[in-house]
Amino acid sequence: MKPFTYERITDPLAAAAAVSRAGAKFISGGTNLLDLMKLEIEQPTHLVDISQLPLKQIEDLPDGSIRIGAQAANSEVAADPRVRARYPVLSEALLSGASGQLRNKASVGGNLMQRTRCSYFYDTAAACNKRTPQMGCAALRGINRIHAILGASDACIATHPSDMAVAMSALEAQIELLEPNQSTRRLAIDDFYSDPGSAPDIETVLRPGEMITAVILPPPPPGRQRYRKVRDRASYEFALVSVAVIVATDGGTITTARVSFGAVAHKPWRSIDAETALMGRLATLNTYQAAADAAMRNATGRGHNDFKVELAKRTLCRTLADAAQMSTGRQ
Amino acid sequence: MDVPTKSATEAVSRIILTINGQPREFALDPRTSLLDALREHLHLTGTKKGCDHGQCGACTVLIGGRRVNSCLTLAVMHDHDDVVTIEGLSASGDLHPLQAAFIERDAFQCGYCTPGQICSAVGMLSEVKAGWPSHVTADVSSGQITLSDAEIRERMSGNICRCAAYPNIVAAIRDVAGAVSE
Repeated sequence: MKPFTYERITDPLAAAAAVSRAGAKFISGGTNLLDLMKLEIEQPTHLVDISQLPLKQIEDLPDGSIRIGAQAANSEVAADPRVRARYPVLSEALLSGASGQLRNKASVGGNLMQRTRCSYFYDTAAACNKRTPQMGCAALRGINRIHAILGASDACIATHPSDMAVAMSALEAQIELLEPNQSTRRLAIDDFYSDPGSAPDIETVLRPGEMITAVILPPPPPGRQRYRKVRDRASYEFALVSVAVIVATDGGTITTARVSFGAVAHKPWRSIDAETALMGRLATLNTYQAAADAAMRNATGRGHNDFKVELAKRTLCRTLADAAQMSTGRQ
Repeated sequence: MDVPTKSATEAVSRIILTINGQPREFALDPRTSLLDALREHLHLTGTKKGCDHGQCGACTVLIGGRRVNSCLTLAVMHDHDDVVTIEGLSASGDLHPLQAAFIERDAFQCGYCTPGQICSAVGMLSEVKAGWPSHVTADVSSGQITLSDAEIRERMSGNICRCAAYPNIVAAIRDVAGAVSE
């Protein structure tokens, strides 16, 4: 690991100044950043520890939203009674990720900011435009079984590894940012991540000095929520494909539909096309298949990951069927 | 505005950690992981270094009662925190019930992962006591957790045993939890 200096801040308003030093980075749980620093993929020269900032609260807002502090641990969010009761898809997504130990350390903000697990990003002997701009992409013609089928470019086909963010996308989460001028702004999670394009090293629209302070979940839409993760091991493994759905039915007709996929793109992949194909239709397998086809209409395999297109469709159909059945069972 | 508690220019970080109930002073390179602080500075070698990347769980310790991977956190980030290692579980001289159960159930072969398994199980059981759900909990909105073998396996998935003593590890934990096997 390269040498760095360390400072802990206890006031959010000190963040922008602290991180303005050349080579400075925020550190929170450290479960991803320290791993990457050991491999010298990340080489910050100054660490600003934001883990002790008073941003751990999970609180109800007057309009029925819930505000989750960016420094709350993944495990605490997953176990929060309000999250479990009103946003179970978020609990399910969090609990499907990493291990008990990692969830105790990893923060909500850090989860959003985590880097891809593309094996070529991790292999410093391989070409990677995300690690070193203009170097090329070894994954395009490499072993790309885990890589993106949507939203990718010829410069990068890496996926975003978060489960949590997929559920947040289906819940239309807003990300609250503290700007260097000490005002705050909110972004929809779907607007937070940058498309890889020709500059995949730029992963979010965060401005220099900005810090994530919270994630706000609006009141949940009616219906049943479900997260399904498909992976090579039963536990403690990243997704090959995952999906978060929210479905409500009335007399067999779908009245609410939210669909977001994980592990298929550089960001949680909200599929408005799938939602449109579901709304107002009968909750049947034919409808689910039409929605799955719509969701994957523009999907492109790169060889080893061709199977993901079909896997994503089947995962969506199965999860919609589960959720719709639960929704009917409740009425 | 609060004054930062650590000077940004300090090459050596001076911190105090409470290790197994005893306050201990450290002068550390900021790069030192909590794991290396325990093993190389305090010579508490019960906590094991396996992968050093948060993938195996051999380095699991309890910080403020919560299980974490000590390889993936910096010692300087835990100034004044309470850390319990495998050595601290039997500080009174008596084995912790989980240690006794691991012996009784022969829940290891080479034993290298065992301190991490036991510390992880201590943290896991308090998570269950607090009503935390897991990936295999049928309904996360329910407050009731039945610690089935499937629950134990899922909740312990962050601790790898290359000797594959898993059946006996599950049995040892089940014994201590008083859970019913499915």
